[in-house]
Amino acid sequence: MPETYPQTYFPVLVQIVIACAVAGGMLAGSFFLGKKVRNPVKELPYECGIVPVGSARERFSVKFYLVGMVFILFDIEAIFLYPWAVIYRELRLFAFVEMAVFIGLVLCGFFYIWKQGALDWSPRGSPEE
Amino acid sequence: MTFFVITLIKAALWAAAILLSLLYLQWIERKVIAHVQLRLGPSRVGPHGLLQPLADVMKLLLKEDLTPAGAHKFLYLLAPFLAVSLALVPVVVLPFGPEVEVFGVRTALHLADLNIGVLFLLAVTSLGVYGTALAGWASNSKYALLGALRSSAQMISYELPMAIAVVAPLLLANTLSLQGLAEAQGGYYGGWIPRWNVFQLPAPQIFGCVIFLISGFAETNRVPFDLPEAENELVAGFHTEYSSLKFASFFMAEYANMITSCAFATVLFFGAWQPLWPEAKGSGYFPTLLFGLAGLVALYHGLHPARPKDRITLPVVALAFFGLAAVFLIPVVRPVLLPVFWFVLKAGSLLFTFMWVRATLPRFRYDQLMAFTWKFLFPVAMVNLLATGLLVAVYGK
Repeated sequence: MPETYPQTYFPVLVQIVIACAVAGGMLAGSFFLGKKVRNPVKELPYECGIVPVGSARERFSVKFYLVGMVFILFDIEAIFLYPWAVIYRELRLFAFVEMAVFIGLVLCGFFYIWKQGALDWSPRGSPEE
Repeated sequence: MTFFVITLIKAALWAAAILLSLLYLQWIERKVIAHVQLRLGPSRVGPHGLLQPLADVMKLLLKEDLTPAGAHKFLYLLAPFLAVSLALVPVVVLPFGPEVEVFGVRTALHLADLNIGVLFLLAVTSLGVYGTALAGWASNSKYALLGALRSSAQMISYELPMAIAVVAPLLLANTLSLQGLAEAQGGYYGGWIPRWNVFQLPAPQIFGCVIFLISGFAETNRVPFDLPEAENELVAGFHTEYSSLKFASFFMAEYANMITSCAFATVLFFGAWQPLWPEAKGSGYFPTLLFGLAGLVALYHGLHPARPKDRITLPVVALAFFGLAAVFLIPVVRPVLLPVFWFVLKAGSLLFTFMWVRATLPRFRYDQLMAFTWKFLFPVAMVNLLATGLLVAVYGK
């Protein structure tokens, strides 16, 4: 049975090596076995038969950044819940009240961004909303 | 020293099992969906299309390996590599059974029992979003970029209700180790009803389980949340520009993630390897009964064949099932096979649900998808967590 720290994590290391070998093998396999007939037209990015105009790395909707930021804020909160859950039976109601206050404060922020429209993806007042 | 040898042997077994199941999950899914839609599914390559997955791999292996002009070469290669390797790592913490003795060697049926197992699993699976995002950005295609953006936004949004739904069963078990979670769900109420977290008093996790499974569908980009590959608007989403095995690796990652999320749900809510009813009341003979029945059904259809070649193939299938049924009666391997059987049965039922849903439901619209997680799932997961906390604090032992 594993007792020391390296022994506990040794299987994880083995699994990572296996996973990388499989992934690397797949990439290498098709690189060496596939045929290679190149020409400039074939290498164009697919755009339904039309020659692409400009770079594909264009500006995109700010909504995606907003979702990313909101996610990070709430995910940090979710991570706080894990150690709390592990010692929950020792602290009981005390832990519950503490966490209820914390979650309450976070939910205030959540309803604020909801009212500000950060979570709306269709335009304000559109019939789709 | 023996520990390292045993670990290497187990790791090889685990890898073989997961790669084989990845290969055949595709075949099973195509068969299931075909039968839901009254079609036959793959049936040309080998008996009942059983060699179809191998044919698919060979075909993709020999396809041309294209890199689109203007692609970022390194990131373009890194994306499928990350997708596959990160999808294969989480198996390491899954507990398939308790500590058992095989041929005089005591070993546990898990590769690693980390004391932060749940966090490890969540961390590794959420890194998978990098594969998707990089694939879209690196391939210099507008469809791929849009698909990747949608996909990453969707995956991180659904990770939130998932992370919170996971905490509720942890309140009942008070451990982050997956083997610990499995052991905490042992025992039966009234001798029959299992103490799995979906039934566990004082706070049965029925809502938590539903929230987790819905988020699981979205995390793995499955129908009805397969917006990233909405083919009528985005061609193929983030993997539009990928060909050959690089294209296949995204599918492989998707299926591996599906297995992981079903197995994780099994550990969190359905008692991992704990049998459905006590071993003292004969649950140990259930696999024999099940495989025996399946064998009888196959034999019956072999004797009354719908197509001429079923006369040979179905009796062979029946023999295989009878063989499996017999293996479960051998006393030496029983302690190993029984927990693994229960784990695979539960995770497999969830996987079947994934396929069933894919054959049944249409796709969401993007704004509905985002509104659903942020305005419904997230608050509901919070309420579920607080309710569980209150019940455990007041009534918990």
